[in-house]
Amino acid sequence: MSALSFDNVVLRLGGRTILDGASFAVEEGEFIGVLGANGAGKTTMMRAALGLIAATSGRIDVLGKPAARGAPSVGYMPQNRGAVGGLRLTGHDIVVSAAMGARFGFHRVTREVRAEVGRVLELVGASGLAARPLDELSGGERQRLLLSQALLGGPRLLLLDEPLISLDPAHQAGVVEIARRLRDELGIAILFSAHELNPLVNAIDRVLYLGAGAAVIGKVDEVVTGPVLSRLYGADIEVVRVKNRIFVMAGEVELERDAHRHEDHAHAHV
Amino acid sequence: MFEYDFMRTAFAASGAAAVLAGAVGYFLVLRGQTFAGHALSHVGFTGAAGAALFGLSPVAGMLGFTLLAGVGMGFFGEKLAERDVAVGMVLSLALGLGLLFLHFYTSAATQATALLFGNVLGVDRTALLILVALSAGSLLALAAIYRPLVFATLQGDLAEARGVPIRLVSVLFLAVVALAVAESAQIVGVLLVFTLMVGPAASAQNFTRRLAPGVLVSAALALAQAWGGLTLAYQTDWPTSFWITALSGAVYLMSLGAPRLAR
Repeated sequence: MSALSFDNVVLRLGGRTILDGASFAVEEGEFIGVLGANGAGKTTMMRAALGLIAATSGRIDVLGKPAARGAPSVGYMPQNRGAVGGLRLTGHDIVVSAAMGARFGFHRVTREVRAEVGRVLELVGASGLAARPLDELSGGERQRLLLSQALLGGPRLLLLDEPLISLDPAHQAGVVEIARRLRDELGIAILFSAHELNPLVNAIDRVLYLGAGAAVIGKVDEVVTGPVLSRLYGADIEVVRVKNRIFVMAGEVELERDAHRHEDHAHAHV
Repeated sequence: MFEYDFMRTAFAASGAAAVLAGAVGYFLVLRGQTFAGHALSHVGFTGAAGAALFGLSPVAGMLGFTLLAGVGMGFFGEKLAERDVAVGMVLSLALGLGLLFLHFYTSAATQATALLFGNVLGVDRTALLILVALSAGSLLALAAIYRPLVFATLQGDLAEARGVPIRLVSVLFLAVVALAVAESAQIVGVLLVFTLMVGPAASAQNFTRRLAPGVLVSAALALAQAWGGLTLAYQTDWPTSFWITALSGAVYLMSLGAPRLAR
């Protein structure tokens, strides 16, 4: 049984076709890097796996069951973190609010909830951070705290949407290391989307590349090649390797790095 | 001052409305929907003026209109409630329509002043009972949606993915906001609803970093400001609504210096 499988999936969003007959499967316990140009559909793919967007055609299965909203077997870390960053709430408050958030009616924070919150904080090494207000944490610490919420309820599949965004290289490495440790210790499948391959390349089992409506999954050496990426980007792509680093070039321009810079630029203006 | 029946009634009525306004206002500020709350009060003005014109109870008109508008805003989605221009258009249109209703309603002047700036000393026994019952019911409803509301407010995308019915939460919340607005409007008036619903909440968020204590502080501040305003109005014979706004503003200014002290 696959942790996540897309079978000939067509996804449309606002009149645009994002995936056009894409098929791939992620096995249990796999750490997958999800890459692709801006707008290639990384976020849309994850939202479809969460049951938030219905496939126009094709089949999406999560652990052998059709994708459904609110499935406890899937943990999620959205790219848009919501209003959380600007608030003066402690990390503990935030994680508790996520743990209790689906319950209407009158509920106190029970011993079980406290234990579960303690467990997920421990898993990402954030137990010592939870008492502090979120706005006093560094970017990397905040990311770990938000990541802990994806582990509530013990999911078997984690969908992490751009967890490295706006982190410096040292903190990026820390977050990737936590994801790898989660795979090793819990044996759960992880889809980890990113702008750049290099921070992930030594940690992931396989890479899932999205582009031109298609999805290609495989070992980094099989997928990140000139011919495959040229097809996905719809442009002439050259892949340059320097020691352990990989550079995806379109002519003179390094693609992924530029995409990232562009994003940062956009953020500064929002 | 408690020897007068109208003062006792005024204290009870403003207390009931203030506690609700403070608690609801906390979430309104947290969700960045204060402008939507303001617009609801103007819609309430239209409802009250229209009801008066047709010989119905202004309070019922205000309640009905704000509730309808609140639920409508919730259904059209969070985006609408946060869209300043759309809300602003609804707001001015509603106020203009209310003005037209008052124009045709001949005994307009006192009625209009009471609606726009409140008349807590004019609350009678029946109105008080309605205020208290609505306040209690609204607080219960708010408590019942508290967990999903907090989650949806803080992390909307995550809440949606975990199966929280975002749209339903939004509709229920704005319905409670509408009731709180209609209540506050009877104390401080349509134009000054902000003073009970936003002032104490914004101050509370400066005073405490925690969530549940923040709601309690906000409700307590609103209560203190409403009762303080009444007391000062009794001493000075100046309008109650003025004193409540003055206290609300003063406490907010004080709260701006608070975070640094708390650290």
